[in-house]
Amino acid sequence: MPNEIPADSVGLVTPQTHHFTQPLLLACGRTLDEYELVYETYGQLNAAKSNAVLICHALSGHHHAAGYHTLDDKRPGWWDAYIGPGKPIDTNKFFVVSLNNLGGCHGSTGPRSINPATGKPWGADFPMVRVRDWVASQARLADVLGIETWAAVIGGSLGGMQVMRWALDYPQRIRHAVVIASALKLSAQNIAFNEAARKAIVSDPNFFDGDYLAHNSIPKNGLAVARMIGHITYLSDFAMGEKFGRDLRRGSFELGNDEPVEFQIESYLRYQGDSFANTFDANSYIRITKALDYFDLAREYNDDPVNAFKQASAKFLVISFSTDWRFAPERSHEIVNALVGANRAVTYAEIESKHGHDAFLLPDERYQQVFGRYLAGVSV
Amino acid sequence: MRIDLNEIQSWIKQNSRVLDLGCGDGTLLKFLIDNKQVQGYGLEIDAAQINLCIDKGLNVIEQNLDRGLGNFADKSFDTVIMTQALQTLHFPHLVLDEMLRVGKECIVTFPNFGHWKARFYLATRGRMPVSDLLPFEWYNTPNIHFCTFKDFEVLCRERNIKVISRQVVNEVSGQTLKDLMPNLFGETAIYHLSK
Repeated sequence: MPNEIPADSVGLVTPQTHHFTQPLLLACGRTLDEYELVYETYGQLNAAKSNAVLICHALSGHHHAAGYHTLDDKRPGWWDAYIGPGKPIDTNKFFVVSLNNLGGCHGSTGPRSINPATGKPWGADFPMVRVRDWVASQARLADVLGIETWAAVIGGSLGGMQVMRWALDYPQRIRHAVVIASALKLSAQNIAFNEAARKAIVSDPNFFDGDYLAHNSIPKNGLAVARMIGHITYLSDFAMGEKFGRDLRRGSFELGNDEPVEFQIESYLRYQGDSFANTFDANSYIRITKALDYFDLAREYNDDPVNAFKQASAKFLVISFSTDWRFAPERSHEIVNALVGANRAVTYAEIESKHGHDAFLLPDERYQQVFGRYLAGVSV
Repeated sequence: MRIDLNEIQSWIKQNSRVLDLGCGDGTLLKFLIDNKQVQGYGLEIDAAQINLCIDKGLNVIEQNLDRGLGNFADKSFDTVIMTQALQTLHFPHLVLDEMLRVGKECIVTFPNFGHWKARFYLATRGRMPVSDLLPFEWYNTPNIHFCTFKDFEVLCRERNIKVISRQVVNEVSGQTLKDLMPNLFGETAIYHLSK
């Protein structure tokens, strides 16, 4: 699509893959004997290897965070608004690493990969992965890249959970933690949305208890409904109203006319659901939403987040968005209060936005200012 | 109107924990970090000011003081400071209580509405004072709860707040008179409080 690459883009990028042969013991007790992580890098690692930044992706994210794979790409990477030369995560300054997490479906080892023990796709047998497993695998990727300490680890939503886990599990390897639109743990309402989405998937007759690949099928309808449920919760009532209102795509309410009526929002949601179902793996979706549900930063610290953050030594930037009801500002307040209680460095901004949870992905002047100015102060 | 940072600094202990309410562009907090090595946090609601704090590398937290300090534990700070913000609050007396709950000591500064110029303006013109120090009309001023030094001390007595010390600072004029008749000639007061 881009006739020419924009000047503030990282340009054409090529994903890389590393094959890990050192077994990884997972939180669930099972071990991955070997696995692959696919990742992209933007910018140059400096001689001191002190300018590396790790991007942790959210539920439906992946390694392709910025730039273009080909000149025919319709869109750049998912966080292109924030990664690039002169952008908040400035690739003139930082060496940015963005990976696809284990259990995902965009190239890293996951349910669609071949299980070396059977020679067949893992499918439903792929182990449950947790946030701490992702962080452990990210630490090994850092080892491979020769990065002893990240200048910053950055993530939104589920990505923010990984950032906080990094700060606790590897305090000496992370200097700055940027936690955006995230939470110390999911609320019951949040888990409920995830379960409704999972139920849609497992109820699809094409799911076959997760062994759909062996049956040459894909539970597309279930995945689409799961995505529709999720998507509704990522937007705000206002944003949806402003964008679609009650506009009709088809039909009319004229008396004497029984032509079916279709609202624009229905058509939009269906499109979102269908396109997601064509690119995402159902078993991945189930595992990643479970990882979200299970995450509870303070669980091992007597349920006291202050105690938890005493393990951390990184400086924190925490950002929330006013209309985000899936990861509401109150959840970020809990993070900030715990950091203050633990006497840790923290800066917090609550960005006025009408875009709900999705705001963390979208361009916004104040968000860009806070984010950019904070990272400008990170020494490399 | 900026308070002499040295006046406030003299009441802050080395390496102490400081919370600055309405920290503005962070000048005071930065000064205290540089000179007293304090562990400091600033609360602010103005986006432009928050940006300036971030530029200085400060711990700035976006929080509306009118929603209270319920998120901070009792006596979790050595000193809670509020400079030139008391008069902008909806419930200054409640915030003052909260400051003394969260902090072992407090430092509060505010402009004196009993200053002779304000009195003279009101007396002669019959209109709310507007000056270079208070450059707002009554309807658009952020300063919604003005008080005089005397008013403030009455409030302290009513709420059993101990005034450890008081400094009167004049930037414009009346350097001698302010010590003789502070409520008439003092421009700004710095109160050092505890409970």
